[in-house]
Amino acid sequence: MSELKPMSDNAPDSPERRRFIGAATATAAGLTLVPGVMLIEVAHGRPEDQAASSAVRWGMLVDANQCATGCDDCVTACSTENGWTPVAESAHPTQAPQWIRKLELQDPLTQMETNLPMMCQHCADAPCVDVCPTGASFKRADGIVLVNRHTCIGCRYCMMACPYKARSLVHESLNDTQKPDVPRGIGCVESCTFCVQKIDRGDGTTACVEACTAAGHNALVFGDMNDPESEISKRLRELPTKQVRADLNLNLGVRYHGI
Amino acid sequence: MASITFREVDGSSPKYWMLFGFLGLFVLFGALAWNTMHHHGHVVTGMNNQIVWGLPHVFAVFLIVAASGALNLASIASVFNKPMYKPLAPLSAILSLALMLGGLLVLVLDLGRSDRLIVAMTHFNFMSMFTWNVFLYSGFFVLVGAYLWTMLDRSVKSYSKAAGTAAFIWRLTLTTGTGSLFGFLIARELYGTAMLAPMFIIMSFSYGLAIYLMVLTAAYAWTGRPLGDALMMRLKSLLAVFVAAVLYFVVVYHLTNLYFAKMESVEAFILRDGGIFTMLFWVGQIAIGSVLPLVILLTGLGRQRSWIMIACALIILGGIAQMYVTIIGAQAFPLDMFPGMLEKSSFFDGEVHHYSPSVPELFLGLGGVAIALLVTTFAVKVLRLLPASLDDATVAKLEH
Repeated sequence: MSELKPMSDNAPDSPERRRFIGAATATAAGLTLVPGVMLIEVAHGRPEDQAASSAVRWGMLVDANQCATGCDDCVTACSTENGWTPVAESAHPTQAPQWIRKLELQDPLTQMETNLPMMCQHCADAPCVDVCPTGASFKRADGIVLVNRHTCIGCRYCMMACPYKARSLVHESLNDTQKPDVPRGIGCVESCTFCVQKIDRGDGTTACVEACTAAGHNALVFGDMNDPESEISKRLRELPTKQVRADLNLNLGVRYHGI
Repeated sequence: MASITFREVDGSSPKYWMLFGFLGLFVLFGALAWNTMHHHGHVVTGMNNQIVWGLPHVFAVFLIVAASGALNLASIASVFNKPMYKPLAPLSAILSLALMLGGLLVLVLDLGRSDRLIVAMTHFNFMSMFTWNVFLYSGFFVLVGAYLWTMLDRSVKSYSKAAGTAAFIWRLTLTTGTGSLFGFLIARELYGTAMLAPMFIIMSFSYGLAIYLMVLTAAYAWTGRPLGDALMMRLKSLLAVFVAAVLYFVVVYHLTNLYFAKMESVEAFILRDGGIFTMLFWVGQIAIGSVLPLVILLTGLGRQRSWIMIACALIILGGIAQMYVTIIGAQAFPLDMFPGMLEKSSFFDGEVHHYSPSVPELFLGLGGVAIALLVTTFAVKVLRLLPASLDDATVAKLEH
């Protein structure tokens, strides 16, 4: 077999062998050190075999007063993190999925303008979860509302039921922008997941919040609303906030200040 | 009670096979439409993330509602013990099954993942009205099928009343479920009301009977069997009552909405400013679907069979217009997340949503209609569903 290298290459002093030993040493060193590093990560993240806990309720505070006009960094960050095509680049804008969008409000009487991001509100009593015939639309113990990509039949009943127009159907085959940890698929419904892949990795925040903070607007705060010491809980205690369509009494995971 | 002879339709004439072929062609078009939608995704439809249920749902819900109504005559015969209607019951049952089949096929073939139908049959969320409907539809086939069996097989004839009563209660529950698909939705102003369930029931009476009368008349005319006026006059009067009742429900529904300030803009949209929806409401649902048929059925015109047929056709067209306004009109009006504020976004918030049905959607819907009629056409050939004669003398004997 001509592909086989001559025996001399595997001699104790051959370059391949030296590289192999070098790599093996580095791997051994890594294996010794990584568990320590990993332990720090796991302290915040969640091992795959452990279920989400209802002791946590993930939530978001949107300070509409800080949300800048014309800025859509949160939308771009969401699109990049989760792999959906920005609507401006879509050939079918009315059919393109939008997990988060900037909403511009104006009071016709006073002319006052308000900016805010609108996305899945992660209701505690989610209408989309109630109406889903197969149970594909579900709420995780930690309050995140998700769609099971394997059991969604694309009936769109959840889209009829959502008071926030937060959900999109994937109308056409997806291109290669898909992310390995964000499963999507034609004919299925999807929406904001609170970047569940980041949360489960232990990032403790979402792409939109990171982008808003990086831009210096600080209009978004994410965290555990059940933890009285979390930043979001502290801010929610101080700021007057509202839930959109509070009349529906859905107990939302997203709270707005300045609306 | 006089006995009635039921006989299969011969079904060997070129005319029969032409009808069969014509309907089959539309079933084929429907299959091709589904294949296109399934292959390319809903991108080839006029539906989008604003109008999520489109023309296929209009056809599907119309057929499902009409299916329940097509059972009217069988119910009157067995539950309310009117022997005059007994000869009409077998066709009533088969038409009802056929319409249900057509409607359900359109509904499931319009799913984003119609290949996952098995998931819908194996995963249930009992909080969902859709899940309840899955059971209501399945039960409907079982009960109406059993009822039909009791009508066709003398050995189980004694169970006919029990089966008929069960089917009657079931179909009322089923249409309550269909109306509640919309009635249980809180997000949209025009839904979220208990009114929709009884309104759908009365609509089912009207649409189902109109379809039944057209099928009955066509079957008797095309096979040369006698169909007397005595029966037609009774049925057209019954139809007029149903149409008037639908109109009553529609008026009360909109009047109630108009009384609430929060509903004013959505009512203004449907009744005045909604363009195609306003036109379909006033011209389609009210004028063509209700007022004209009432005028025809309640005046001297209603004594002529051709005019009764025109009234039935108008009721069916009006019914489709009603479903279009109910299903698509309600979605076209933007969600009011921030009452009193003007909203703008890249996701078309705050603006009226546009919808243009595509060719595949239309043919998928028509395919459902075609399959319902095809099943009926085939059933009357292979089963003894139609009395050999329904002339006045035969019908008169039944009353005594």
